[in-house]
Amino acid sequence: MAVRRDRVRLTVLLGPVSLFLGICFVGPLVVMIIYSLLEPGLYGGVEWNFYHWSYGRILGWADGEWEDFDWVYAEIFLRSARLAFINVLITLALCYPAALWVRGLPRRWRLFIVFLITLPFFISLVVRLFAWVLILRPTGFLNSSLLGLGLIEEPFDIIFTETAVLIGMAYVLLPFMFLPVYASVEKLDHSLFEASSDLGASSIQTFFRVTVPLTLPGIAAGSVLVFIPSLGNFIVPDLLGGAKVLMIGNLIEQQFLSARNWPFGAVLSVMMMAIMFLLILIYLRRIGRMQTRP
Amino acid sequence: MRDAGSPGSGSPVAEVFDAVKRFTAPEGGTVTALDQVSLAVSAGEFVTLLGPSGCGKTTLLRCISGFEDLDSGEVRIDGTPMTGVPAQHRPVNTVFQTYALFPHLRVEANVAYGLEVTGVPRRERVERVAQALEQVGLQGLERRKPDQLSGGQRQRVALARAIINRPALLLLDEPLSALDRNLRHSMQLELKTLQHELGICFLFVTHDQEEALTMSDRIVVLNHGRIEQIGTPEQLYHTPATTFVAEFIGDGALFSGTVEGGPDPAIVTGDGLRLTIRDGVPAGRRMTMLLRPEQLDAAPAAADPAFGIVEATLEQSVFYGATRQLVCRLASGAALTVTPSPGGEGDRLYRAEPGDLLRLAYRRAEPHLIEEAHDGG
Repeated sequence: MAVRRDRVRLTVLLGPVSLFLGICFVGPLVVMIIYSLLEPGLYGGVEWNFYHWSYGRILGWADGEWEDFDWVYAEIFLRSARLAFINVLITLALCYPAALWVRGLPRRWRLFIVFLITLPFFISLVVRLFAWVLILRPTGFLNSSLLGLGLIEEPFDIIFTETAVLIGMAYVLLPFMFLPVYASVEKLDHSLFEASSDLGASSIQTFFRVTVPLTLPGIAAGSVLVFIPSLGNFIVPDLLGGAKVLMIGNLIEQQFLSARNWPFGAVLSVMMMAIMFLLILIYLRRIGRMQTRP
Repeated sequence: MRDAGSPGSGSPVAEVFDAVKRFTAPEGGTVTALDQVSLAVSAGEFVTLLGPSGCGKTTLLRCISGFEDLDSGEVRIDGTPMTGVPAQHRPVNTVFQTYALFPHLRVEANVAYGLEVTGVPRRERVERVAQALEQVGLQGLERRKPDQLSGGQRQRVALARAIINRPALLLLDEPLSALDRNLRHSMQLELKTLQHELGICFLFVTHDQEEALTMSDRIVVLNHGRIEQIGTPEQLYHTPATTFVAEFIGDGALFSGTVEGGPDPAIVTGDGLRLTIRDGVPAGRRMTMLLRPEQLDAAPAAADPAFGIVEATLEQSVFYGATRQLVCRLASGAALTVTPSPGGEGDRLYRAEPGDLLRLAYRRAEPHLIEEAHDGG
């Protein structure tokens, strides 16, 4: 009887979310994997024939024939990974000291700052990025301020560069780094710092021997949470990077919408998901071990 | 061995001069945590700071370890003034109330921490860690993480970690308060033994008077940021300087009143109770008499001028194994506890029933008298 009641409870509690994820997450995923193995239709869509050359295409082995190896896709992949990695470093460098600072504030100020950090979520991402376009463009706020102050002679190009993309991505993903890092920093027991200095450690030694190791789970979680959306991001490079800073996200978008090569778009998506899956797997195993290590 | 009784014996390892520390209270205003506190700890001494919570004992400890700065006054360790010296450079180590073990480090790394950060070579480190773990009886647990240890084991790790730097003075902030009663008692004795072996001064903070009496060479009783009395456990128990100390340490009843002279000198309290006292106390003084439970016994059948007599109604008779404690009430309403000695007259008290009127006696030379003028509180 008890087992049966447990089953009913589980079904009621987890049924809706399972159903939703099944239809809206697993379904499209399966469609994507199937499409990646079909022949591209001439004007978009797919022909229902098995066709694996879309995978070869990434390596320059399209349509079953070796062409001149084209670095372009590898380059886009690498650029995306590089920008995502730099973005992790930027957000970490911004959030870690900030989190340590917030930790020392009185409780109501801490709550207020966490609220401020999440405040941008209340405004549409596209609107916020257009604001950055207005700030960064040649006649925008940044250039006109610097010109007005006489710091520069003529407007410099910042929009449609990697710098602009990094600024935008760091801005968008900052909360994803701050919140997990802050959560782990906040849990630090103050007496550990006192114990460390009591035993003769300088504040730098304390930082590297106590603070960093104990907040590593937060740093790792924040890094994964920032790296993955950075890697697949297409809105930020689209608005702030223009045509010059193409990332995987944009490439996939192009394949589906402009080039109308759905299977190749699907292949790129599958590849990217594989990379992310791998990263999450590594993360879970490392963190899992960190917390239960004997 | 040194004479535990006299504070001046040996060279002082740590001295505190006129320490004053004020905090701003959250609701505004200032709280004086330390008010003109001075004390000296001699080499090899076990000194306890005893007082109720909020008396300033932990603040004093934190000012010595360097986590707090004094507003005025000075801390000296081995004769060197510590003002402006950060915690990391002070030759003292602390055992924290919550132990504050590094959760990410194994036992051996926790213990070695102080050696590592001060750059002690590896070979020496390994030796000293092994030695420290042996001293606290933790061999075999080197590879454990703190969360795989029991409370008592954690306590020992904290102790080993704190003694490994060979501090001049070891500060212990209520280190036993998280342990259960039995473990606590055995740790008290162990700490005392360890302190003798190491020859390090211990400055121990507690609010538990029994703990303080068991372990200390000298006890510093603090109340409201002031020192009430410094003395050996015996001195504090038998001759408390203030009514606060008398109430805080041991059981006993206090009777305040005016001294009446004559052939039968006594204290007369506000509610008319007359208690015989020893000879030679000037009449007219305001005095407080301390009656310890063991000083009272059944009154002798024949009148004897050596004894003072009190009459009290028995409320409860509690069996404690070797002794029995009688909780009585005087006609004035004041409570009085008595632990009569078994055999002889005391047997009569052992058989008494609640509600019985008991005639109790004490040797009038015995009870300690506290002069009101001395009473700072």
